[in-house]
Amino acid sequence: MIGVGKIKQYTNVLEKPISKGKQEVSLSAFAFLFSELVQYNQTHVDNISELERRLEDAGYAVGARVLELLCHREKGNRRETRLLGILSFVHSTVWKVLFGKVADSLEKGTEHEDEYMISEKELLVNRFISIPKDMGTFNCGAFVAGIVRGVLDGAGFPAVVTAHFVPMEGQQRPRTTILIKFAEEVLQREARLG
Amino acid sequence: VSRITLLKFRMASTACFIIVSRNDIPIYEAEIGSAPKKEDAAHQHQFILHAALDIVQDLAWTTSAMFLKSVDRFNDLLVFMLLHDSRNDDGIKSFFQEVHELYIKILLNPLYLPGSRITSSHFDTKVRALARKYL
Repeated sequence: MIGVGKIKQYTNVLEKPISKGKQEVSLSAFAFLFSELVQYNQTHVDNISELERRLEDAGYAVGARVLELLCHREKGNRRETRLLGILSFVHSTVWKVLFGKVADSLEKGTEHEDEYMISEKELLVNRFISIPKDMGTFNCGAFVAGIVRGVLDGAGFPAVVTAHFVPMEGQQRPRTTILIKFAEEVLQREARLG
Repeated sequence: VSRITLLKFRMASTACFIIVSRNDIPIYEAEIGSAPKKEDAAHQHQFILHAALDIVQDLAWTTSAMFLKSVDRFNDLLVFMLLHDSRNDDGIKSFFQEVHELYIKILLNPLYLPGSRITSSHFDTKVRALARKYL
């Protein structure tokens, strides 16, 4: 066979070096997998909020691991201790690694001190999903919200993270906003650190 | 918050290496060294561990470095603490870095619940090998 190299076989996963992260996965493959994930959970729950929670939990597991991996790989084992630092880490580094681009925007909430929003014109996971009218405000972006929550929680910034559709003027598809509401202790610590 | 603690006692040339998880529950332990196990060693380790952890908690938020030369190396998930009197700083740092990498590999396993005990015998073998190499 032409050009077939011998891939080094490792006896154990601990021997294998951590991947450099240059590998990409086909979007269609992911879309199929994600659609199966949603459908599987749909058959196991009775209502929308339960479905959202399950997707969030699935995302949380990813987020926790992404945090450790990226801290080690991209940031040379330095971690974020400030609020803006961790937010910009999520908005740029995490998004870049997961979705191939930085998030569209990061905003601070105007009404509440503890709210921040990461917005995306079209969330990658929602690209091929359309929500039937009878499911109301359900958003598969709950998976991404879970990822963000996993990252924040692991870094020591507990928060409630949710995904929302925000209809935009002149556009057919609504924008998706990930709303992050930090716990009280985070704000107190931020204030203490000045 | 997961922590790795390395305790080394002057008298016995023992090192006790513990990874402690979020709620101060140990998820991995290893005794490294030549001295015979003492009965009360375990209690002593726990005591020193918890006392030092409290100090680390406060320190944690003042720096984004993961390795504090003479005291710890940590991020919010992993805290390494070293009580020792040896001067082998670089060796310890390298040891911690390598164990940290091992921990990440364990963590990447989707079937591993973060914060639970690490039961892999391979992990155990590798940690001990690293300890022999660097300490």
